[in-house]
Formats: sequence, structure tokens, C-alpha cells
Amino acid sequence: MRRMARIAAILAFLAGSLGAARAETLIAAMSSHQILITSNYTGSQLTVFGVVERDGRTVARGDPYDIVVTARGPRRMLLVREKERVGPIWINKTQRRFPDSSLFLTVASNRPLSEIVSPETARRERVGLENAHRTRDAALDLDTTTARFSDGLQRILLEKGLYSARERGVTFLSSTVFSAPIEVPATAPTGSYEIEIVLYAGGVPLARQTTNFEVVKSGMEQRLASAAHDLPVVYGLVTVLMALLLGWLASVVFRRD
Amino acid sequence: MQIYLPIAELPISILTVLGLSGAVGFVSGLFGVGGGFLLTPLLIFLDIPPAVAVATVAAQVAGSSTTGVLTYWRRRALDLKLGTILVAGGILGTVLGVLFFNSMRRLGQLELVITLSYVTLFTIIGGLMLYDALRAMLRVRAGKPARLKRQAGTHPWWMGLPLRMRFPDSQLYCSVIPIATLAIVIGFIGAVLGVGGGFILVPALIYFFRIPTAIVVGTSLFQILVTMTGATLLHALTNQSVDIVLAILLLLGGVIGAQFGGRAARNLNVESFRLLLALLILSVGLRFAIEPFIPPGEPFSVVISEGTR
Repeated sequence: MRRMARIAAILAFLAGSLGAARAETLIAAMSSHQILITSNYTGSQLTVFGVVERDGRTVARGDPYDIVVTARGPRRMLLVREKERVGPIWINKTQRRFPDSSLFLTVASNRPLSEIVSPETARRERVGLENAHRTRDAALDLDTTTARFSDGLQRILLEKGLYSARERGVTFLSSTVFSAPIEVPATAPTGSYEIEIVLYAGGVPLARQTTNFEVVKSGMEQRLASAAHDLPVVYGLVTVLMALLLGWLASVVFRRD
Repeated sequence: MQIYLPIAELPISILTVLGLSGAVGFVSGLFGVGGGFLLTPLLIFLDIPPAVAVATVAAQVAGSSTTGVLTYWRRRALDLKLGTILVAGGILGTVLGVLFFNSMRRLGQLELVITLSYVTLFTIIGGLMLYDALRAMLRVRAGKPARLKRQAGTHPWWMGLPLRMRFPDSQLYCSVIPIATLAIVIGFIGAVLGVGGGFILVPALIYFFRIPTAIVVGTSLFQILVTMTGATLLHALTNQSVDIVLAILLLLGGVIGAQFGGRAARNLNVESFRLLLALLILSVGLRFAIEPFIPPGEPFSVVISEGTR
């Protein structure tokens, strides 16, 4: 119920701001800016709401509006390794580094990306999953080994549910108001996430807006994880003592002699 | 019902973990082994990162061996002197093992090292145990005593090495060198694979040093208890990969399963028992043996670089 009320409030705010518009701009808000991991956490969902502002002076467009919402997770250095055959066995041999790669990436749009933007624009603007790991330097993209590793990385993360592309992930509630649910799986790492919302018409980006949210451990989970890192001696001793205590308890409870 | 594991960073079904650790606990109670060698691969199969699985199982093995140590201690079937030497060597081996574990993880070959070690260890030990169990069974059939008695004045050469010591509880007079070497090797293997090493130590003490079986099990449990306690602490200190929530779940399932396993053991014939254990170890080894030889479905794997975390 609280969530519904919150969504209604956001929509009311968006509707109110419509009147004050001067030119074609994008306004976006989120249902929440924080996902708390508790002991029963199994993933979460956020919703991005937005409105395309336009007034009398805004040029009439023949093409409908398109929205692409890209959510990116914490960036880390990723190592991608490839198994190769050495004699009779398969072992990890070659590896490629992908510095500053997002561990989570989801691209939602109101229709397939190929219908919204041309492949060239998509590449230049880094729109879509396949362009996420591309460098701006076109020469590097021609390196087939890097491309193979990049494809492998994308495939693995897609399979783990950390990467996703949803061609109907954005819904227009009216011709100018839209919403896009963002699914955050339980395996998504903790950290800060950024969301970029881009308005397109006729394959041209017209306006963009960014916002963010964070995934944090809370309560017991947060205390345990930080204890493991900040007080490893205490954490280790507590774990060991607990293990010994449970072992002793079992021998007392089940003692038969 | 799902619970979020704070260190492994994923939610897991409580019932699945309790069921698994209960089943492994049953097997461990039945055969008097730690059961880590079954639990670690099962946890990895459940998507728990190998580093977390190995480190957390160490805590579980420490807890479940406590129960056994207390039982044998009450029966006075525990050679503290022999145990202390095994522990000293075991701690040294554990330190070396944790260092090796961390360096292999950095090199990206941890998975291969774990797989290959399982293969070699399990096929060799499982094979030897199977051979021995079959031979003992045949002896029983033929109406001879199942085990050869220790004969006075006959000692294998390694027992005659320098630094000889007397172990009255184990009825042993033997050089410290081979005992310490064995302990170092087992501590090393335990830290790398997250196994207690009981399934190596028990047959080794029986066959190489001819110590009475009752003393061997109690003493080996004591050595496992101390080395796995050390391994848990070292893993917690060096790579922060011990998951306390997972450890609690594993312990709960493990200790309860072990009690039922221990009871079931009393109703089983000893020889068919050893045969079963040999087959179990051998089949785990063979399961791992196949893996590196089949072309992988997905040749690529992704890890997060340690430096940036």
C-alpha cells in the first residue's frame, strides 16, 4: 500500500510539472533510491517513471517518442579467461582484462533497439548490451580476440541474469508519460548503480536524464560482512568458537552413555 | 525458504543446505570421516564461490569433529602425544596450503588445482581402500582372520629413521620424521581442498604405522579438529571468505546427520562398510576425473579482479 501511495505521489508530481514546461525535456523519478539486502533478500524491483515535457513552441514531430533506459551496476576490473586444450585436458590459458566493466547492465526500451536507432548511432552512443564493452576506438573493436572475449563476457553475464535486454521494458502510460520496471536479481553486487534515460525521436537523441540508486546490505547482513573485513580476527574466532560449541552441544544432546 | 549469505553474496534455500549437510553428516557419522570431501563440491555445485565453500566447510569440519573427539576422549581412545605431533605438522601444512590456495586463486588455476587434486587423491585412496576391503572380505570368506596381526621385530624402514619416540597409548615406537611429514601433507591438502583429511590419515596410520584402529580414529579426529580450526582462522584472516551464516546451517545439518549415521553404523557389517566407503571415495574421484577431459560447453569464465575490490 505504501508503495502504491508513493507511486501515485510521483505520478502526481510528474503531472503537475507538465504545465511548467518550456521546451522538450525529460523528467524522471524512481520508486526508490535504495535496495536494502536483508536476510530474506531474493532480489528486488525498482520502477523508473518519466515524462516528456513539451509546450506550444516545441516543434511538431512526425515520429513517435522512444525511450531507452539503461541501468549500470558497480564497475570492477573483470578478468575473462578462456579454457584451451593442453594435451588431453582443458585449462584456463589466455586471459583478457576488462577494466571498469559494469557487473550489472540492463537495457529497457519501448520497442526493439534496432527500430529506435541506427547501428552506427547505437555504437557511437554505446546503446545496447553489445556496445557496452566496446571502446570508442574503432581499431580495437576490429581485434577479433578481444571481440570473442567480450562476447564471452556478455554471454556469461546474460546467463547469470546480471545482464538483460528488454525490448518491451518501457511502457508509455500516455503519449508522454512512461514507466520502466528494473529487475535487480539477488546476485547483483552491492554498490551504486546509475540509470540513464534517453529520449529518441526518429533515431535522434533529443534529451537525456540520469539518476541513481544503491544496493546495500543492511542489518545483520551488513554487520556480518563488515565484521569479516574489518575485524577478521574476531570474526574468525567467533566462527570457530561457534563451530566448537555446536559440536559440543551435539555430543551433549545426543549422548547415550 | 531462502536466506541471504552475507559473504557468498547470494540467497540460498535453507532446506537444501540442511538436507545436503544432513546427508553428508550421515555419511560422515557412518564412516567416521569428516565429510568435507563431499560437502565442498556440493556447495560449489550450488553456485557458492569455491573460495567461500572451501573456507566455510573448514569451519563445519571443525565443529563436527568436536563431537567425535569428545566421544573418543571419554573412552580414552585418544593418543595425545601422537596427536600433538600430528597437529604441529598439520598447522605447518595448513599455513603452506592457505598460501598456495591464495596464489593459485590469483593465477586463475584454482579450479584446475582443486579438480586435479580431487582426481589423484580420490582415485588412489579409493582404489587402495577398495583393494584392501576386497582382500579382507576374501580372507573372511576363506575363514582366516580379516587383518594381519602385527609381528614383533618387523618394522618398515621409515619407522627406524632418526628421532625415534615412544607412543605408549598407540603401542608405537617410531621416528618422528614420517609422522610429521604425513601431518604436513594432510594439513596442506586440507587447507587447499577444504577437507579434513581423515580419509587419508586414518588408513595411513593403520597401514603405515600399524596403530590400533580405535586409537587411530580418535587421534585423527583430534588432529582434524585442530587443523581445521586453524584453517578456518587463516581463511578468515587472509581472504575473508568464511561465511558464518552458511557455517551455522552446515553445522546444524551436519551434527544431526552424523548422530544418525553413527547409529546406523552399529547395525552394519564392518567389512561391507569399508567396501562402501571405498566405492564412495572412488566414485567422487571418477566424477572429477572426467571433468577436465570433456570439452567445456562454455570455454570462457569471468572473475572479478582482486585488486579492485
